Amino acid sequence: MTRIDDTFARLRQSGKKAFVSYIMAGDPDVPTALAVMRGLPGAGVDIIELGLPFTDPMADGSTIQLAGQRALEGGMTVDATLQMVRDFRAGDQVTPIVLMGYYNPIYARGVDLFLNQAIAAGIDGLIVVDLPPEEDAELCIPAQAAGLNFIRLATPTTDAKRLPTVLRNTSGFVYYVSVTGTTGAAAAQAGDVAPEVARIKASTDLPVIVGFGINTPDQARGIASVADGCVVGSAIVKEIGAGKPVAEVLAFVASLAAGAHSA
Amino acid sequence: MPEDLINSYMTGPDEQGRFGMFGGRFVSETLMPLILDLEERYEFAKTDPTFWAEMDWLWKHYVGRPSPLYYAERLTQHLGGAKIYMKRDELNHTGAHKINNVLGQIILARRMGKTRIIAETGAGQHGVATATVCAKFGLQCVVYMGAHDVERQAPNVFRMKLLGAEVIPVTSGRGTLKDAMNDALRDWVTNVRDTFYCIGTVAGPHPYPAMVRDFQSIIGKEVRWQLAEQEGEGRLPDTVIAAIGGGSNAMGLFYPFLDDPSVGIIGVEAGGKGVDDRMQHCASLTGGRPGVLHGNRTYLLQDLDGQILEGFSISAGLDYPGIGPEHAWLHDTKRAQYVSITDAEALEAFQLCCKLEGIIPALEPAHALAHVMKIAPGLPADHIIVMNMCGRGDKDIFTVAKHLGQDMKV
Ligand SMILES: Cc1ncc(COP(=O)(O)O)c(C=O)c1O
Repeated sequence: MTRIDDTFARLRQSGKKAFVSYIMAGDPDVPTALAVMRGLPGAGVDIIELGLPFTDPMADGSTIQLAGQRALEGGMTVDATLQMVRDFRAGDQVTPIVLMGYYNPIYARGVDLFLNQAIAAGIDGLIVVDLPPEEDAELCIPAQAAGLNFIRLATPTTDAKRLPTVLRNTSGFVYYVSVTGTTGAAAAQAGDVAPEVARIKASTDLPVIVGFGINTPDQARGIASVADGCVVGSAIVKEIGAGKPVAEVLAFVASLAAGAHSA
Repeated sequence: MPEDLINSYMTGPDEQGRFGMFGGRFVSETLMPLILDLEERYEFAKTDPTFWAEMDWLWKHYVGRPSPLYYAERLTQHLGGAKIYMKRDELNHTGAHKINNVLGQIILARRMGKTRIIAETGAGQHGVATATVCAKFGLQCVVYMGAHDVERQAPNVFRMKLLGAEVIPVTSGRGTLKDAMNDALRDWVTNVRDTFYCIGTVAGPHPYPAMVRDFQSIIGKEVRWQLAEQEGEGRLPDTVIAAIGGGSNAMGLFYPFLDDPSVGIIGVEAGGKGVDDRMQHCASLTGGRPGVLHGNRTYLLQDLDGQILEGFSISAGLDYPGIGPEHAWLHDTKRAQYVSITDAEALEAFQLCCKLEGIIPALEPAHALAHVMKIAPGLPADHIIVMNMCGRGDKDIFTVAKHLGQDMKV
């Protein structure tokens, strides 16, 4: 049982949907990002996705691209990202942290060394956008063997034939990307998402969380009501990018969390 | 061809799309079903005679193939050593080798029922080739080009527009070729149903590196019979040389000779201002490390944290921080040798070629020629070098004028 599994067990008991939020490590600088991160659980966030900055985020829209650039220009590194996780963990042993990013920074460090360091820092799961099931031997299998969850994306192009392949080595939860497109794309309608979530749930016992394009508390409620929870990324990152004070960012996050939790 | 295929260099990639440890399919889940579908359709087309009949007809009547294999007599005499041939792919329609590959991909796209074609371009040669073939077939064409390159390569931008393509300047990242490729991938992820991504070099996820190589291999296949025609039955080149951006013109020339051990193979990377730790070059093999970008594992210019670095070269077409995975494998297995040539050396070769042969080369093949100039004098007169003159230099005259200190009003 990882922190992720525990969190879903707890939510299930209380009959609540999960609210997952994404921020970029080191955006716009480490103290600000850490202050936001520390405030997320209090704002109602059940699981934190922490972006690992990369120069070439091919699956991200402009909001998250710019966040990564701000972080890198501020000198953000893999080591500093892991340090951020350790600093967060010093005050919070419960909230799961999923590191989300691209493979090359992990590959450059060396998979085994990276996994040891990630686990020691207190990371619970990984989402690596450019590692489909076809490349499971790279990181997915070693990560699971080391005790991390490896969370996979399912998308509208993942048809019935392919779904078992996608689900096979997935753990923690399934992240359903509700639209074809990059992060920050237009939101899907809850009515369109519902049958897709049902299709995935028919093939797995894992929770299904839906993301991409959710911007408002109403959308969070709508999407969460047809799934096990929802993810908001770009909308929060946009607030950070606009230079809003931490308290204001967290108030916005709290409104989204309340939306998801009212589902 | 060796009878023992285990010792063949021509069997790759494997089913995972790997050349040794290089290559693969490092893409997001949204794209995965698309590249699997593409692979299936390409595997079918590859053995379909009607596909190749269509290609051959267009290669002949639209592109102007076969391109000549030309004995560069004055250059040979000037250098005073090896006998130098040029494969004249700069005479192709649109002025470079890029169209060889574009035709193949667009015919495939049509067979797959795709109506919208996207491409990335650096110097604009692949963009122009794609816009050209799309115009011919009445397909919608969208070309992503780094904002920086849009400025540097204004004539090619205008050409693409004349041909009916939409050119989208890419401002993300630092606005160069790798960012254009990122944005093309983002477009593809968004428009999965009707869009075909026409990649311009032997990079990207499997099956692109193999497919683009196969389409470009027409270059080396022609060299085989053309050289036999001019030098006698069975005569193979002793050395084949080509410039490398992503590596497509080079793979096209090299591939048909991989299993001929007597043929030496040399790839020439862009050395920019010199291959050292200032990193002002694009020599991924000589100055990079293995990593994962744009769907494949290959040698990349990157920092210790795995962040990708920008390349630097006088030639916009070589300005890419990676290299096709098959080259990475040929490098590690030592079947091919990879060297680098600086901007200054390429400029010198550019001028020499104009004066001695009456051929204005593109800056990309000028790199290959600069290496020919280095090695030819030390080789015997019966040593045959074939270099790939993969593009003509009209697009580069403004850049060259600037470097020669001549102010040309555009
Ligand atoms: C004339 C010419 N040669 C070479 C290249 C580099 O590409 P590749 O290495 O794939 O042949 C380009 C790219 O724009 C080009 O225009």
